[in-house]
Amino acid sequence: MRILVVGLNHKIADVEVREKLAFSGEKLEEGLARFRELAEIQEAIILSTCNRVELYANVTDTTKASESVKTFLSEFHAINRNSLENSLYIYDDVTAVKHVFRVASSLDSMVVGEPQILGQLKDAYELALSKKTTGILLNKLMKKAISVAKRVRTETHIAENAVSISFAAVELARKIFTDLSRKVCMLVGAGEMAELAARHLVNNGIQDVLVANRTYERACDLSKEFNGRPVKFDEFISEMARTDIVICSTGSPTYVVTKNQMQKVMKERKQKQVFLIDISVPRNLDPGINELENVYLYNIDDLQGVVDSNMFERQKEAEKAERIVAEEIETFLKWQASLDSVPTIRALRDKAEEMKREEVEKLIHKLPSLGDREKEAIEYMAAALMNKLMHPPTAALKEGGDDKASLVALIRRLYGINGEDKE
Amino acid sequence: MDVLLFELALTCYFAATMVSITELFKESKITMRITTALAGLGFALHTLTIIYRYGISGHIPIINPHEATSFFAWCVLFIFFLLQFRYKVNLLASFVMPIVFILMLSSSMLPREIKPLSPVLQSYWLEIHIVLAFLGNAAFALAFGIGVMYLVQEHYVKSKHLGGLFGRLPSLQSLDEINYKLITIGFPLLTLAIITGVFWAESAWGSYWNWDPREVWSLITWFIYAIILHARLVAGWRGKRAALLSIIGFLTILIAFFGIKLLKKGLHVFL
Repeated sequence: MRILVVGLNHKIADVEVREKLAFSGEKLEEGLARFRELAEIQEAIILSTCNRVELYANVTDTTKASESVKTFLSEFHAINRNSLENSLYIYDDVTAVKHVFRVASSLDSMVVGEPQILGQLKDAYELALSKKTTGILLNKLMKKAISVAKRVRTETHIAENAVSISFAAVELARKIFTDLSRKVCMLVGAGEMAELAARHLVNNGIQDVLVANRTYERACDLSKEFNGRPVKFDEFISEMARTDIVICSTGSPTYVVTKNQMQKVMKERKQKQVFLIDISVPRNLDPGINELENVYLYNIDDLQGVVDSNMFERQKEAEKAERIVAEEIETFLKWQASLDSVPTIRALRDKAEEMKREEVEKLIHKLPSLGDREKEAIEYMAAALMNKLMHPPTAALKEGGDDKASLVALIRRLYGINGEDKE
Repeated sequence: MDVLLFELALTCYFAATMVSITELFKESKITMRITTALAGLGFALHTLTIIYRYGISGHIPIINPHEATSFFAWCVLFIFFLLQFRYKVNLLASFVMPIVFILMLSSSMLPREIKPLSPVLQSYWLEIHIVLAFLGNAAFALAFGIGVMYLVQEHYVKSKHLGGLFGRLPSLQSLDEINYKLITIGFPLLTLAIITGVFWAESAWGSYWNWDPREVWSLITWFIYAIILHARLVAGWRGKRAALLSIIGFLTILIAFFGIKLLKKGLHVFL
């Protein structure tokens, strides 16, 4: 009944190593089945994403089990056993629980707080459930990990605020405009980052996209991708009068829009708010434009600044999340300890003893005329009855066996012995 | 009885203001609900106060300064609830409850006795005139609050420091639009108030316009908001400028409202 985690992530292994060890596609089911069949393993889950490969197990002897997991990995992926030695981490018991909780809460992710990992963990667990490779311990661990992740999500701001430049642009657009679906966005010039930003804006509601480029064909091609409309390069300034968001990324060595030109544009659009994003280096939009009223100009460094401060915020939130994880580890360990048979036997007997005492006292209170002998007889009868009733469950608990943990859990439920936290 | 109700309402507003201010520092759904509940309870008690005084005096209790200020606070909250019902503006309570509380507090410090109404004031025109004027000014008070929110949010976006309330304040465009909407509600109300006032003045004093301080200030206010609307439609004065103007407009109203009371001159002395 011990939890073992063997795995590797982006922090300790390069992508070359990770891809060799990944359980992709059909390999996952096969790998899971073979992993579960290892002699030292009672329960098994495999989590395999592009940033991590992790094997979770319920084992009796962690040292033996981790060796056999390593052998399994090297055989399954046909890699040298020795080369694995240094590229894996191994956690057991408390450290394993902590690791799983941190992974689920996205505290161990490359971008802390990114939401995908929880879904990937759920998928891994669901596969294990459908293949019946888990039991009481890993089921509890997974359910708890998912609830910890949800708690972290609701009680901290870890997943809020954009941490990439293109998301920062969307975040800003949302705070300048009410409804992005009624706004017009124009892409001036092309570049990977500009296109990415435009794509994020489209994903967040923008429907009307204009594309201007020095080569008109390129504008035509790109506009098709966004379901938009191409604009001739020398006409883009006049189009700005009806454009709310402009993403500028041309190779021009000088400003393509000056402050004066922008002032005219603003007059034409009756001073309606406009959001300008200048991703180009050297800059394409005159920085003085930001001094104009109702114009919000962000260049690449400004957006990076937003991202950096959001990252810093996330780090602060991650500290809160770590505290939540620590709390939840406590409750999980309490539950795990409750699976041990000795305290359960004690709790069971205490409970029976208390019931017996209460009933005997009640009876003696009702019949004050009883003499000492009768009282003794009643007590004797009650004790005998209690012992007889308690004997089979106690014996079963002492005997143990493979399914001891589930037996303990079952007896606790049947006799209403608390100690397990409610989900 | 009405004193007790009034004090209770004032207490609720005080508590709501305090809780709404803590909201600025720490986001929490619970404090938001507490603010709304306290403001709602205060509003209910306040409404009872007004009904009670109406029952005693037989006219809307807006005749002495205490009543007028209290009724103005009531109107601000009334428009506030309407606005929240329609738009659900995040953090609006934190910017409006302090105004309501300060109005109520100043009302509580003014003499409260119910005076018999002088014959010159007994007219339906008067009640309509005053209610219109107060509702209009209350809409401007809300526009003031929204304007302050706009300036705060605009400061974040313009200076590129997106900390603090940036994530929780509404977007610039929606604040601007709500501000405009409030002024388009307040302006016709103020206009009607001036017109009814003019007719009533004729019937009470025999002349339409007497150039007393309140009339002059009302006219100034009316011009300010007329300029705001006109400039927006014609010259595109929106965003920051509109927010600033709606703040200036409301400050003018406050001067007109409290300043003239201090002067105690003119035909509107009773108010």
